[in-house]
Amino acid sequence: MLIGKPPDVPSSEITSREAYNEYFNRRRSERRSFLRGVVAAGAVALGADRLAELAANLIDPRIAALAGTKLQTVKSPLTTTGEQLTSFDDITHYNNFYEFGVDKDKPAKNAGGLPTRPWTVKVEGKVAKPLTFDIEALLKLRPLEDRVYRHRCVEGWSMVIPWVGYSLSELIKQCDPLPSAKYVQFLSYFDHHVEKWYGEDATIFWPYSEGLRMDEAMNPLTLLTFGLYGEVLPNQDGAPVRIVVPWKYGFKSAKSIVTVRFVDKMPSTTWNDQAPNEYGFYSNVNPNVDHPRWSQKTERRIGLPFYEQRRTTLMFNGYGDQVASMYNGMNLAKNF
Amino acid sequence: MHMSANSANAASTANAARLAIMKRSTVLILKTLVWIGCLLPLATAIYEAVTNTLGPDPTAQLASITGLTALWMLAGTLAISPLRSLSPRLSWLIKFRRLLGLFVFFYASLHMLTWLGLYAGFDLTTITADITKRRFIIMGVTTWLLLLPLAVTSTTWAIRKLGGKNWNRLHMLVYLAALTAMAHYWWKVKTGVMSPAPYTLVILVLLGIRPLLAWNRKRKARAESSRPGNLASIEP
Repeated sequence: MLIGKPPDVPSSEITSREAYNEYFNRRRSERRSFLRGVVAAGAVALGADRLAELAANLIDPRIAALAGTKLQTVKSPLTTTGEQLTSFDDITHYNNFYEFGVDKDKPAKNAGGLPTRPWTVKVEGKVAKPLTFDIEALLKLRPLEDRVYRHRCVEGWSMVIPWVGYSLSELIKQCDPLPSAKYVQFLSYFDHHVEKWYGEDATIFWPYSEGLRMDEAMNPLTLLTFGLYGEVLPNQDGAPVRIVVPWKYGFKSAKSIVTVRFVDKMPSTTWNDQAPNEYGFYSNVNPNVDHPRWSQKTERRIGLPFYEQRRTTLMFNGYGDQVASMYNGMNLAKNF
Repeated sequence: MHMSANSANAASTANAARLAIMKRSTVLILKTLVWIGCLLPLATAIYEAVTNTLGPDPTAQLASITGLTALWMLAGTLAISPLRSLSPRLSWLIKFRRLLGLFVFFYASLHMLTWLGLYAGFDLTTITADITKRRFIIMGVTTWLLLLPLAVTSTTWAIRKLGGKNWNRLHMLVYLAALTAMAHYWWKVKTGVMSPAPYTLVILVLLGIRPLLAWNRKRKARAESSRPGNLASIEP
């Protein structure tokens, strides 16, 4: 990807993010079309079709990152109030997206080549209408809402993120799941050519798989997410579309999804497969159930000084009013 | 912090003579550099903590800096003996092992403090639960407890009091500490995450090479002593 380094300027002259993005996108598209022109002319002159094809792939405009594009949004009654938002910089540079590397700063560096256009989401399995949605159609399916959610990672850290999206139930309703559909499975994008082999960092079977029980998937809080901070999702945060389940540990919220599959049995999910004693299928945020390797009673809020980070973890991450009834009569220590 | 069998004779006249060759001023300069190098991770951490530039998760960053520094310095102390056996010209390295070893203990202690303070909030119930339930914490505390007697007996007075043989035997605990630190690291990271692999490889090589070097030394010594008219060499 062609990334221009912004010139060094005194902080007083630093432009707003919007202005910078506009400038940056314009410059990038100018550079790209110029390059395409030059390379195409050269290829034609040489009569080298193969070369032209190669060049077209190298600077494929479809791979151009759309991150930063403003989204039109509406307010939502389901948004979380009274929390200080985590900065855009921390949300986009402290990521667990293992397909792009294990260290938290790796996805921001490595996810640039994720081809977010064209993009389709295939709905399959036990549904009356198995449909394939183009990302543009998905974006227009329902009005996009601003939803601030607390985000609690199983590792013990947390953020407050202003997501953009609409309830996943809106998509599910379009596909008429059959009565036999008891669970929904989400599969993330994976391509060895794009997501280089980070075998030295982790040994995990891709593609990433996650799942929810039907009632969990239909809960209005479960968000089909397209953006954050009012803008298109940066690739490292799961562009172009991901799931956000705010009362569960972060790994339940699958990124960059390409398949939504309705199934009759509890689907196999990545971290549960990896270490079933550490990551349960439900993985509801629960301060009373320790992770085998650490307590979940408290968490560290990202972006604060070290002496202010520690805070109490809330049952269901503070969303008990909306979700607790789904687990009535269930032993949550056993079904962790 | 420890002495391997080959350096047990470190007090021997030949070695003493060779070590004395290095000029006092050179030693002073090198010692200063080692001090600066060893304090650098701490200085960086303090600077970043004060300026709030430890990154998105300062608590985890402090734990990571102190832990990794202790691990790699531990590997450094274990590298000194094998390096010295490569060439007599590297004998002087022994002058820095105690210092490096004490810094291992220093960073390991800071690392443990990040757990006690920033993770457990000095809360006794949390600390007890951690120690009794979590194997990576058990391994971490074990490592610190193994390093403690080594740090305590690092003074010249203690070496004299214990006697070279006992002191050497005691300081063999460092091998165990290197292994428990390794277990601590592996059990800390998620299943499938390979980040402890480089440290593991280095430690296993440094530990594995020792019997080989000892065998090679014995072979040489036998060859030397069987040569007629040769005065038995004291060289390691």
